[in-house]
Amino acid sequence: MNRRKFASNLSLATLSGLLGTRIVFANKAPNGYLPIALQDPDPFALFNKDKRMVVLNDKPWNIEAKAHLLNDKVTPNKYMFIRNNGRIPDTIDAKSWTLVIDGESVKNQKTYTLRELKAKFKHYTYQLTLECGGNGRSEFNPPAKGNQWTVGAVSCANWTGVRLRDILADVGVKNDAMYVGYHAADTHLSGDPNKEPISRGVPIAKAQQEETLLAFQMNGEDIPIAHGSPLRLVCGGWPASASGKWISRLSVRNKVHDGAKMGGSSYRVPCETVAPGSKVAEDDMCIIESMPVKSLITYPKSGALIKLDKSLLINGHAWAGELEVHNVEYSIDFGSSWSTCTLEKPINRLAWQHFKAVINFPKKGYYEVWARATDSKGISQPMVLPGWNPKGYLNNACHRIAVKVV
Amino acid sequence: MDDNLEKHRKQLIRPILLFLVLILLLFGGLFYVKHNPKILQSTETVVTKSFEEGEEEIVDGIHIETGFVEDEHMQLVIQNCTSCHSAKLVTQNHMSEEGWKATIKWMQETQNLWGLGENETKIITYLAKNYGPETKGRRENIEVIEWYELK
Repeated sequence: MNRRKFASNLSLATLSGLLGTRIVFANKAPNGYLPIALQDPDPFALFNKDKRMVVLNDKPWNIEAKAHLLNDKVTPNKYMFIRNNGRIPDTIDAKSWTLVIDGESVKNQKTYTLRELKAKFKHYTYQLTLECGGNGRSEFNPPAKGNQWTVGAVSCANWTGVRLRDILADVGVKNDAMYVGYHAADTHLSGDPNKEPISRGVPIAKAQQEETLLAFQMNGEDIPIAHGSPLRLVCGGWPASASGKWISRLSVRNKVHDGAKMGGSSYRVPCETVAPGSKVAEDDMCIIESMPVKSLITYPKSGALIKLDKSLLINGHAWAGELEVHNVEYSIDFGSSWSTCTLEKPINRLAWQHFKAVINFPKKGYYEVWARATDSKGISQPMVLPGWNPKGYLNNACHRIAVKVV
Repeated sequence: MDDNLEKHRKQLIRPILLFLVLILLLFGGLFYVKHNPKILQSTETVVTKSFEEGEEEIVDGIHIETGFVEDEHMQLVIQNCTSCHSAKLVTQNHMSEEGWKATIKWMQETQNLWGLGENETKIITYLAKNYGPETKGRRENIEVIEWYELK
């Protein structure tokens, strides 16, 4: 008898005994429904993730990929990182799901069912890069607080949905609209029903972009539960926290949205650069918008041993927030000299681009292959850690893999 | 009559068997966990864990259930720092006394952490000692977990 069947033979009341807590509205839960805490507790099975993904945190769930797992041009769910701030909603019913559009700057508050959204507005699909603002945090010195992401909190999947701008046009937005803030169905870790785990958003200009979607599909299927089923705001090129999951309400604000994790040191960096370890006053912190230029060598996996007479094919992806990547170079001599990689154009704006190169090593020895991308404004990735900030955001230092030629 | 009895017997035998199997599974599981404490490090044991409260297995100076370094005041840290979030959120971080204090203050101001009273100093002492900052410089060496032959 497997665990899942074992659990299904128990009643909800028994389960709440096991959990040590009362399951609220247990009587309203659909027959056969299990609270997520008690569903298959193996996160890889629970979220359909590859076993080589790394669990950084299990309450809330934070799981990252490794560089070599991200080799696909379109990231499949099994290799997509999970960054949650709160608890995944206990009940998600797409049939009864509604989206409220409210806020100081809407002409008329309006509620749409998910079905209405799908029927009323044209569908679009874009491949969009989502990178956690804290990707690379583990390298900062002095260390920065939070989940210690290495390189794997980035993905580029196909997202299908309706344009937020079409919905905003339908409700009518006043001239003073400044920001769109999201509210979602996830719950606070403390269990306090009056607290939101996270409620961020984007300025109205980003909300009005063609690629900013309210998505209901990822890679052609309903969005997986951990990635925001049934409705996710997707704002490619910005810290992935701007792309709220399990969206139930969007507020069109006449000021910068003031929801949870919009202030303090959350997703904000010093407006002016500071020395490592500095204390920074709240007023001197600015919200992160477009993510910086970055690249990742996704093949081969670091640690490859190759024969001297063999050439090495490397490939990977590069992205640059709102901008396009102009070129990618590689170095095998610790940055002393650089060679150009072949770089593809993005399939659409805000999608990552693919690069490759064939390397011939001059003699035996230990090598590091470094990759460096440059964006359309001529800005490149740094070789060492970029500017320190209290929460360790925006580490776009060049990615390196180790190779031995034998 | 006999038929009826037989029917009852048949009706009863399944739940009784199921009950026995469950008891067997439960005690078998406990016995297994007792002798293979490392199993608790995996996240696959959410259900088992609820039976295991009070399990205080320490291996190589590490508290198996949470991953915390065994030291004075560890129990206070477990009691106060793992009820909302995973112990993993603590153990993957490294901060100075000042940093841990600021983190506690942030959690009290924004995340519903309760007042820690006289335990606060003890908790901060434990955290800063066992999870203090490591000097990493501006870029570390690449750590290769496993060299492999690339075909």
